[in-house]
Amino acid sequence: MTITAAPPTAPARYRQPKRRGAELGLLVLGFVVAAIGYVQVDFAVLGELDTTTVRVLGVAGVMVLVVHLLVRVFAPYADPIVLPVAATLNLLGLTMIHRLDLADARRAAQSGGAVPSPDVSSQLTWTGLGLLLAVLVLLVVRDHRRLQRFTYTSLLAGIVLLLLPLVPGLGYGVRGATLWIRLGGYTFQPGELAKIVLTVFFAGYLSMKRDSLALVRSKVLGLELPRGRDLGPLLVAWVVSLAILVFETDLGTSLLFFGLAVCLLYVATQRRSWLVLGTVLFLSGAALAYAAFGHVRLRFDLWLHPFDDPSGAGYQIVQSLYGLASGGLFGSGLGQGYPQLVPFAKSDFIVAAFGEEIGLAGLFAMLMLYAILVQRGFRIAVACRDPFGSLLAAGLAIVTALQVFIVVGGVTRLIPLTGLTTPFLSQGGSSLVANWIAVALLLRVSDNTRRPDPSLLPDDARTQVVRL
Amino acid sequence: MSELALTLLRLTFLVLLWVLVLVTVLVLRRDLKAPRDARPLAPARGGGLPPAPTAPAAPAPVKPRKPARARRGGPGSLAVVEGPLTGTVIPLGTAPVTIGRAADSTLVLDDEYASNNHARLALVDGRWVVQDLGSTNGTWIGRTRLTAPTELTVGQQVRVGRTTLELRK
Repeated sequence: MTITAAPPTAPARYRQPKRRGAELGLLVLGFVVAAIGYVQVDFAVLGELDTTTVRVLGVAGVMVLVVHLLVRVFAPYADPIVLPVAATLNLLGLTMIHRLDLADARRAAQSGGAVPSPDVSSQLTWTGLGLLLAVLVLLVVRDHRRLQRFTYTSLLAGIVLLLLPLVPGLGYGVRGATLWIRLGGYTFQPGELAKIVLTVFFAGYLSMKRDSLALVRSKVLGLELPRGRDLGPLLVAWVVSLAILVFETDLGTSLLFFGLAVCLLYVATQRRSWLVLGTVLFLSGAALAYAAFGHVRLRFDLWLHPFDDPSGAGYQIVQSLYGLASGGLFGSGLGQGYPQLVPFAKSDFIVAAFGEEIGLAGLFAMLMLYAILVQRGFRIAVACRDPFGSLLAAGLAIVTALQVFIVVGGVTRLIPLTGLTTPFLSQGGSSLVANWIAVALLLRVSDNTRRPDPSLLPDDARTQVVRL
Repeated sequence: MSELALTLLRLTFLVLLWVLVLVTVLVLRRDLKAPRDARPLAPARGGGLPPAPTAPAAPAPVKPRKPARARRGGPGSLAVVEGPLTGTVIPLGTAPVTIGRAADSTLVLDDEYASNNHARLALVDGRWVVQDLGSTNGTWIGRTRLTAPTELTVGQQVRVGRTTLELRK
């Protein structure tokens, strides 16, 4: 005779697959891809393995593996795709930075100068720091809903971070864009952290206010207009993004934050009018800035007519276009092109470097990886049941998507060039750290969503079958 | 290293990069399918279709069993006809169906006007009886607010928050 403790009518629950095995498999595959690229760089440029190759690959591989094991412990139900995709992009970034390091070293050797210290080691350190912070976020934020308490704190923190580069003596400009701060010998791009913090704010704020923001006041030409007083948040976001455009002269950061605000408003309220209003506001703001400020006009002119001054102001974008063109469909092969001719190839123009060396085919594969990452973000948002978690995941996905669009659009001259980094690929600590924190938040939300409620697990976990 | 070996390495890299993308998409596809079994624990918001856990269409992988139908010719499903989850159909077995915002409800509502444990539909003597579980805004049949368990017949509509449910054959 069999006695089951659960009443016969108790609903059968389903075991949610953890899918950590799939995550490990994808991680290994991603590592192999990046390692092949890394080794190819060495053989193409040096004809033998670089002395640091084994060390860099080993350290990177072990770090990623450790994070995977920690995810098994601390977020066992997390999405299995986010981590491998992010890690692969990060490793590919290391590969390209190493490739450009070798080019720098060769150039230094030819001109008789001192060989610069390889940037790949500092990037590796930052990768480690990013992964460490990601694990810390997973550890500290056991429930993403806790973050909702910091809604207005994050607003304040976000605005302070955004405006920090404008503080005299602290701000630090590179090529006209004041996006950095310098403290001691270190430079930091606070906008990168601001994007995470502001996503938390928007998610918290909109999950509270979305009902009133979804109210329709009047219909004009089939467009459902929100009430006047509900326009406040949108207008604030508009003013802040315009201030960034004018004072930090960076269209990318400006577009990123305003785009985030508008997209999340749309996601939260499901009113298309926000998108229309946002586009109109942004375009008119940009036109205004173009008319009023000389430095903004300069940036736009560089975008529209880069070939007017191909060896001066337009040098960077023109070289990157030539690079992309010479890469063609399948690229010159890693280590066999000339991506080092583009200034800032390691950070702003890493996409052009990839385009030249792995061609359209390779670049599209990488864009697919970004698309998958963004899709996972939205998928996590759809699956999440509390509005805050949904909006947080959607916001992180939107930020990533917008940033990739702005960077790739800038490099390919679809939109004016900006100083934003390519997520996970570009050289730069602040960006890497911020993106890994975003990954950790996504993992946390998906883990909480997919994790079965302990009280709902009675069938297997608590019911004991007693044979008599 | 020879030119040929380099070219091979270069093509291997490109091919493997795409293999990675395709494998990821395959994993992702399986993940998109999985929620059909796992829906009671992770229903999609807005338009999600959380079927009854004992749905005959989705037998539990853990211990598959076919719930006996209540009565031949009796109601076979509970359909959402109004509200954010419109179109959702919950096949009825013998297990009671709970409705509310709580995560462990059979039909998880994303509705500010519904209570956590709002209403319960249970099979009593071969008839489906709906009972309000002390909700804030009440469970309504037509214009009457339920005060006691009430039998629901095929075609009759029950309103919970902004959601209207209908018992179907």
